[in-house]
Amino acid sequence: MKKKMRILWLSAISCNGNTHSFLNYPYMETFLDDFEFIYHPVIDSKYLLQDIVSKLISCDILLIEGAISREFKRADVSIVDIIEKYSKIVQKIVTVGTCATFGGIFRESGYKNTSGLHFDQEKQIENFKYLLDKTISISGCPIHPEVLVNTLYAIKKSTTLRLDGFLRPKAFYAYTVHNGCTRNEYFEYKVDNHKFGELEGCMYYEHGCQAPFTHGSCNKILWNEVNSKTRAGLPCMGCTEPSFPRQNLFSTKKNMSIPENLPVGVSKRAYLTLAGITKAFKIDRLEKKLFDD
Amino acid sequence: MLDKKKLKKEQIIQCALELFASRGFYSTTIPDIAKSLKMSVGNMYNYFKSKDILASEIIKYISIYLGEKLKEINEEDISTKEKTRKIVEMYFKTASLKPEMIDYFLRIYLSNREVFKDSCEGMLCVNEFVTEIMIYFEEGVKCGDLREQDFFSAFGLFMGYLGGMVFLKGENILPKDLNDYVEDITFNIYKALSAE
Repeated sequence: MKKKMRILWLSAISCNGNTHSFLNYPYMETFLDDFEFIYHPVIDSKYLLQDIVSKLISCDILLIEGAISREFKRADVSIVDIIEKYSKIVQKIVTVGTCATFGGIFRESGYKNTSGLHFDQEKQIENFKYLLDKTISISGCPIHPEVLVNTLYAIKKSTTLRLDGFLRPKAFYAYTVHNGCTRNEYFEYKVDNHKFGELEGCMYYEHGCQAPFTHGSCNKILWNEVNSKTRAGLPCMGCTEPSFPRQNLFSTKKNMSIPENLPVGVSKRAYLTLAGITKAFKIDRLEKKLFDD
Repeated sequence: MLDKKKLKKEQIIQCALELFASRGFYSTTIPDIAKSLKMSVGNMYNYFKSKDILASEIIKYISIYLGEKLKEINEEDISTKEKTRKIVEMYFKTASLKPEMIDYFLRIYLSNREVFKDSCEGMLCVNEFVTEIMIYFEEGVKCGDLREQDFFSAFGLFMGYLGGMVFLKGENILPKDLNDYVEDITFNIYKALSAE
């Protein structure tokens, strides 16, 4: 029998959204042939939480879901102490989701000094600094299950993953959500979307779409293997970024009609020049409905 | 060689600008421009294939000229109010030193849209200038000096006012020199746009 990698899924200050997203992984059976959870808050596992905190159960990978505060306890033990204990024996630590990575929405919880494992939004924090070399961040609200599973397989196969400044695997986070968006042509020619759910038009200018400056693979690795927010007509909310969640997700912050956040790497002058030129085009095909015209 | 051709093109543009401004767009012909430059008509067509193309190139030339001046102002580390004054000054200075430029913009580009409809759709030919105005507005709003509003209502207010004053000057209606109005006009524009 082949050796399975042993995983501890630790839930900190969390809504368990990443757990639920993970449960949608379509090849779970195969995955569970190669990995086993010594503890998971939802999936049946060999040990109880009580065992995890009172003993030191051997395991290979520590997954942390949820934001972290010393005040927050599981089974009467501070989550920080549990992390410290298991971080010593595991090969790798993976922060699962934006809360565990940057603090996410639970930075607003009542617990003191709530943050991600290594980052408080963009800022790197001192706690757990000695674990930086061991950690991989999988941000997202929620995480894409394939990104998590593929990262775990990379760990299992000892593949070196190249990481970005927030420890996210570049293979999944070097792209922007804009990359692969089916509305790119509308973005290029500045044809705006006017109604959520419509197939036509770009949501960047009017509906707060953050895809041009959000790192993620949503449009390259589709959700449930079929779709993404922007393809379905919902703006990208920037959920993989340290700034998530920002206020007014469905409106684009503008200064005198110019979007405050521009596509990654594009200067304001260059953006305005390009926009000025492309706006001059009137392309009938892009102004029409795609199907029922 | 390229530079020489570029220089010649600029000479043609400048000459055409002056002729269009003094005689009007429709009554100035390509042979008139060639004659004024002591060039053959055939050679003129080596530079500009038609009068309409020349017309579009002229507006681009003006847009680049004004855009560069505006960019210098935008890049200065000064308040939005100060930038407003400098833009008004720059525009009026151009209207005094190179009246044909502003005249061309107001009397030919804005009044003969049919000439520009094929090659200057939207803001294609005035992109450099409009981009810098947009940056001036955007930075003003971002630092809290200017009120957030639709771009065109602000643009119309600013440029309409400046254009109107230059137009009045061109008609010899203004009782004072254009520069005497800089202070008041800056105050009015800034007050109308300001966030206060």
